[in-house]
Amino acid sequence: MSIDLNSRIPNNVNLADDRRLQRALESWQPSFIDWWKEMGPEGTLDHDVYLRTAVSVEAEGWANFGYVKMPDYRWGIFVAPPVEGRSIPFGEHKGQPVWQEVPGEYRASLRRLIVTQGDTEPASVEQQRLLGLTAPSLYDLRNLFQVNCEEGRHLWAMVYLLHAYFGRDGREEAEMMLQRHSGDVDKPRILGAFNEETADWLSYFMFTFFTDRDGKFQLSSLAESGFDPLARTCQFMLTEEAHHMFIGTTGVMRVVTRTCEVMNELKTDDPEKIREAGAIDLQTLQKYLNFHYSVSLDLFGQEVSTNAANYYTAGLKGRFEESKIDDDHVLKDGLSRVTMLEDGVIKDVEYNALLAVNERLRDDYVDDCQTGVTRWNKVIKRHKIDFELKLPHRGFHRAIGTFSDADISPDGQVISKEDWKKNIDNWLPSEEDRVFVISLQKACVQPGKIASWVAPPSRGIDGHPFDYEYVRFN
Amino acid sequence: MAPGDNAPTNEPSSGTGGEPVVRFATSPDQYKHWNLTIDGNVARLAMSVAEDATLKPGYELKLNSYDLGVDIELYDAIQRLRFEHPEVGCVVLCSDHPQVFCAGANIRMLGMSTHDHKVNFCKFTNETRNGIEDATEFSKQKYICAINGTAAGGGYELALATDYIMLIDDGASTVSLPELPLLAVLPGTGGLTRLVDKRKVRHDRSDVFCTATEGMRGQRAADWNLIDEIVPRSKFDDAVTERANEFAAMSDRPKDAIGISFTALNVSDDGDKLVYDHLKIEVDRGSNVVNFLIKGPCDLPPKDGPGVVEQGVNFWPLAIARELDAAIVHLRLNESQVGTWVFRTEGDNEVLEAYDKLLEGHQDHWLVREITLYLKRTLKRIDVSARSLIALVEPGSCFTGTLLELVLIADRSFMLDGQIEGSNISAPSVRLTNMNFGPYPMCNGLTRLETRLLGEPEKISEAKAAVGRDLEALDAEDAGLVTFAPDDIDWDDEVRLAIEERASFSPDGLTGLEANLRFAGPETMETKIFGRLSAWQNWIFQRPNAAGPEGALKLYGTGQRSEFDKKRV
Repeated sequence: MSIDLNSRIPNNVNLADDRRLQRALESWQPSFIDWWKEMGPEGTLDHDVYLRTAVSVEAEGWANFGYVKMPDYRWGIFVAPPVEGRSIPFGEHKGQPVWQEVPGEYRASLRRLIVTQGDTEPASVEQQRLLGLTAPSLYDLRNLFQVNCEEGRHLWAMVYLLHAYFGRDGREEAEMMLQRHSGDVDKPRILGAFNEETADWLSYFMFTFFTDRDGKFQLSSLAESGFDPLARTCQFMLTEEAHHMFIGTTGVMRVVTRTCEVMNELKTDDPEKIREAGAIDLQTLQKYLNFHYSVSLDLFGQEVSTNAANYYTAGLKGRFEESKIDDDHVLKDGLSRVTMLEDGVIKDVEYNALLAVNERLRDDYVDDCQTGVTRWNKVIKRHKIDFELKLPHRGFHRAIGTFSDADISPDGQVISKEDWKKNIDNWLPSEEDRVFVISLQKACVQPGKIASWVAPPSRGIDGHPFDYEYVRFN
Repeated sequence: MAPGDNAPTNEPSSGTGGEPVVRFATSPDQYKHWNLTIDGNVARLAMSVAEDATLKPGYELKLNSYDLGVDIELYDAIQRLRFEHPEVGCVVLCSDHPQVFCAGANIRMLGMSTHDHKVNFCKFTNETRNGIEDATEFSKQKYICAINGTAAGGGYELALATDYIMLIDDGASTVSLPELPLLAVLPGTGGLTRLVDKRKVRHDRSDVFCTATEGMRGQRAADWNLIDEIVPRSKFDDAVTERANEFAAMSDRPKDAIGISFTALNVSDDGDKLVYDHLKIEVDRGSNVVNFLIKGPCDLPPKDGPGVVEQGVNFWPLAIARELDAAIVHLRLNESQVGTWVFRTEGDNEVLEAYDKLLEGHQDHWLVREITLYLKRTLKRIDVSARSLIALVEPGSCFTGTLLELVLIADRSFMLDGQIEGSNISAPSVRLTNMNFGPYPMCNGLTRLETRLLGEPEKISEAKAAVGRDLEALDAEDAGLVTFAPDDIDWDDEVRLAIEERASFSPDGLTGLEANLRFAGPETMETKIFGRLSAWQNWIFQRPNAAGPEGALKLYGTGQRSEFDKKRV
């Protein structure tokens, strides 16, 4: 073998004895490295980055810290340990032993699910490849790279499934994951939201809060899958995904904190003055929130979805925390209320629960987002400022699903096209807002220094202080 | 609205037991689902299906999926392109939907349709696809397909009907025929046949393709000859335009000729009686009969092609083709309870023959060629109609040449031997013309005369020798042109008994019997599509595995899984 895969790829999937997997990875691994060099974080190949690397799935194994050059990062393949006697938790096959091989009947569906999930992982690395040039602190830069590497590892996780279980087609799909590129005119990424460049760090924090959270919910529902290798792969990915959420939650919170500090220092709530002081006014934060929340809601797909119902019945993709839900987990006869737009009116309509599985996942996502927003509001309150960030109505600014046919205000009113146009700059980041936010994006990468618009974190990484040299530029 | 009639006031009653009457007449200014634009010698026919503009309530036409209403517009556009746009040498079938070319027939619509609606729908769409191929091959108006996204099921079958398929190579767009794995039915508009017979894709590869729900994309689709060319996304539009211009330049259609306008047909319709300019249709529900009366032209034809252009839609052969076409599609769908069609004609053999001579002699004129092709397709529509066909050659009739084809295809024909006693109208005669010897092949590739006389080929040359001669009943019977030649004493009873007997048989049995007997001779792609494929498809459509309460077609969209009866039949 030309590449010693076993030493380079930490794993708990018995790679050493799996000829099929070795053969597949042998050709894919070099393509991945080429892709990373070309499409990964710009100008970073020689940086030493203080990164966490997973070397096993045990508690002491999944977080090993040390300086690494990113192309040498040891992207591993890990799945959660098997659960003895696990049975399929939902759908028509409920109660039968989980599948260790892909059932022929569901081969196409499973492949599609894995490809769609997998395609988002390298996509976000591509979307964020220029962000490193304008990091607000060394701490943030390091966190960006950590997330990038882990998204890379999540790609590996999906590619592992394709290589190990889907034969030639799987290898072809794995190859395509590296050929499609975010925003590429010829071969774009599969989902629209993953073809937009992440232009600034505020967007990045919002993205990790809202869009990565979609990932959390998709992974959670796949972690319930009757196809055990997929379930176990996603379970392990979720431990890393939690860290990405953390970056989003604390990132936005640090921006809010800084804004509140400036408001109190200057004793003003005038956005102009706040901006002059180099912070981002709360109104603009609300607009960024509106934007990222609404495009992330689109990622869940149609409210009433046959595909989601089929996946559920087949036992391929469940609901969030399926086992905690108190029903028959088959849903053939159940009913669910779904908020829909009908004849221009927003109302609750009853559907067969199977067809509403997508919406159920979106409901759980909305609740989870609200928890984060509530934490941000506590910061504002603590600063004794009378302002509240709010999640807009789920019908606001939607491009997919029932609400895409109408213009809906953040408070959930169906409005006319004229009213929409009149208010759009009050609800979504205007060109001027974006220019302002981008004007704040200047690299601030001396240890201990931080940009004007964001507060430092309360703690550093791995017990180190904020002013630790998390990235060494060589 | 009646065929060709835009006034909604004279809505006829339906013969199909409560089903809404489907109207086939439309025009580009009324299209809901297609955008037709012409640029020089290239036409762009883009699918842009309006989700809520369905024929019936209960489904939405999402993702450029179609119902019969969408196909009616497509058929209209194809017809108009041939006649109204002689300058167009290439038609690009494409989509104005950003991600989807066409998702095929709407599944919910199929799931909730009656069996006979499904069959009629498939038949009409099949004829439209055949019409696309006919336009490419004979009208020299070449159809190409630009697939800018997903082309699934009927969407890919539509592409298969064109002569050149371009697929966007974006790593995601696929062509697929997922009917079997998803719905437990077959691609119903010629997909399987065109795959192996037209594109000559290997049968084992076709098997892989037709069982892969997700279909195939990019290079592999090209390698397997599922498509002709892949083009990167950024170059797609330019490549399509370039290809279309190349093909248009190769056409022999007149690049600067002006077309004729397909104005709406004149028709009055009271539900049981449809009266066009040259065709009268009477539905006799008591006897289970539709009576067709075709009136031949009164005046002699113009001299040449330009004269035909001048008459336009009023030129008799074109007018009768349009009227027959409109009446047949209407009757097939909206009068499915009435199982026997009886054809009569009224006119002058001499005049009819003059028209045939004009058609035959000016095939190098674009419009004359188009009209002949239209007559060919309309006669084919009659051939494949699931109705008993009876032709009655009575005194005063004009079953000459083109119209004689109706006698030749009839399941039963009667020609009066002699006159009716006491009448001064002379005994009927029929006349062969050269149009009976080639221009109107059936779907088996043979003329109706050849198909009829498969066992007596010597009679073809005898018939050829009789071109232009009046043949009275006994001569026609001898020549093998008619079934029976009763005299006036027997006539009424013979005809009545034949019709009454027909009404007493099982309609299903008759459909099968007639379809088996009418198309003797060789198999072609068309006979396979109409015969083999439709028979299998219609069988599968009836089986519980597809159409039962737990069948795949019924459960599609509910998220539930069907349980198949595993027995192979």
